[in-house]
Amino acid sequence: MRSEFTRLRAAVALMLALALSLGVVACGSSNDDSTSSNEEGGSAGAIVSNSENGKVSLTIGSKNFPEQEILGEIYAQALKAAGYKVKSDLNLGSETVAHQAVKSGAISGYPEYASTALTSFFGVEPEEVPAGATPAYEKAKGEFEKEGLTAFPPTPFASANAVGTTTKFAEKEGLKTISDLEGKSEKMTLYGSPECRQRIDCLAGLEKYYGLKFKSFHPVDIGLRYTVLEKGQADLSILFTTDPQLAAEKDKFVILEDDKEVFPAGNVIFVSKKSTVEKAGPDYEKTIVEVQKGLTLEVMQELDARVELEKQTPKEAAAAYLKSAGYVG
Amino acid sequence: MITPLLTPPLASIQGAIEFIFTPQTSNVTGGKTVGGIDQVVELLLNQLELTIFALALSMVIAMPIGLYLGHRGTGELFATVIGNAGRAIPELALIAFMAALIGVGVANLTIALAVLGIPPLLTNSFVGIHQVDRSAVDAARGMGMTELEILRKVEIPLAIPTLFAGIRSATIAIVATATIAPIAGVLTLGDFIINQNVYGDNGVLAGAILVALLALTLEFSLAALQRRLTSKGLKLNPA
Repeated sequence: MRSEFTRLRAAVALMLALALSLGVVACGSSNDDSTSSNEEGGSAGAIVSNSENGKVSLTIGSKNFPEQEILGEIYAQALKAAGYKVKSDLNLGSETVAHQAVKSGAISGYPEYASTALTSFFGVEPEEVPAGATPAYEKAKGEFEKEGLTAFPPTPFASANAVGTTTKFAEKEGLKTISDLEGKSEKMTLYGSPECRQRIDCLAGLEKYYGLKFKSFHPVDIGLRYTVLEKGQADLSILFTTDPQLAAEKDKFVILEDDKEVFPAGNVIFVSKKSTVEKAGPDYEKTIVEVQKGLTLEVMQELDARVELEKQTPKEAAAAYLKSAGYVG
Repeated sequence: MITPLLTPPLASIQGAIEFIFTPQTSNVTGGKTVGGIDQVVELLLNQLELTIFALALSMVIAMPIGLYLGHRGTGELFATVIGNAGRAIPELALIAFMAALIGVGVANLTIALAVLGIPPLLTNSFVGIHQVDRSAVDAARGMGMTELEILRKVEIPLAIPTLFAGIRSATIAIVATATIAPIAGVLTLGDFIINQNVYGDNGVLAGAILVALLALTLEFSLAALQRRLTSKGLKLNPA
């Protein structure tokens, strides 16, 4: 009797402890409640299917994080709508793998950020990466050409680092651009990823090109970049321009304009082998360039929000984009 | 099917040692150097400080409870369940959870790391005291010692090896995990390991070597201290 009671007590205690530790895990990732789901605006030409294209098989790749998977799906679904036979491989581990895959012909093409291409593939130092979309694209295109690759024109949106804060704080301090921080930053705390501290396209660049000094810089995991703002601990936090939170909580967070263009241009360019482009015919470039026209910063934030906060699949988010932007019926 | 086609540039022990003593250039810092002995010492001291804070907090919480329960000989279930369940708490989730509660920084990390130290300290304090030969305790009581004197003069000295095993486990767990502190606002040696693109592969290897050396140094220091504190009668070959 006694031992049975003890065993029961042990079981209860164990379950309690388990529930406690599970509770901790669940709370760790609980910033996915509030969301918005307004439809993407913009109308564009519907994609017309061409039976000629049915002879061409394509494999569209992407790296394995949400934004890339969404982009991969958008391109793949658009090309399918244009009549191509399309497969996708949206699980490439890193830009190095993706770059090799497109060069070797394992994939037909994939979306890459202009800034990443220049720094990771072509040895351009971050401070030499143009902040403008067109010069960055031209530079990357030239480099890709030397490798027998073709880069199509960039997307409207750019994925880049940004100095962000709460709307309240920005209003109180009168902040719109990063330059507005002059003379005030000495009293402000800045939080950013650990690597930000020494990178010229992050804190080192803010210090060097804007001449800003902050009260202190605190390294934090990128997963906490909004938590520290919400908690009131950080005055400023390094965010990403395409963060879904910026769409989902528009009234809460703002990013300061990079008026001296320190953060490199992270517009997406679609990269393919030259021989693939020739084989696929004119509809290939036409479809890709057309379908990315609606990808403004707001739309990309919204799509990221659907996947990262609302837990839709990249496939669903991409299909919704194509439909609401009028690319498919 | 994609096979890795590039062999990554390999770090070398020699490169890592150079990184530890001499500042190096980096591709992404716009000319500022990274590494070198000054930065190494700064990060090492931060890691040591964080370890001491967390260890002190976990000892203050766990040892009195463990010693008391061990002395009373009750609460074995409590000591072992807390001990075992505590080991299952995921550290990263705990840091993130507390970031939302109290923010990031030294306080967050001290508590999160102390949670790692509590299980071995609690279990070992309990077991160490509980296993002391009851006849020794009865003899002490017969001599008229108070309960506190029994704990202090008989039980703790006899339990030193087990108590120290707990302290050593806690220390190693804490100092090793303090490596991830740069994700929550405190720069420790983990900064070299997390930021491969700033410090390069040699920096990553240097960070790993330094953390290992720090852990071993603490382990040997505590072992030496334990030997000094252990009663002669308990040693296999008394010096």
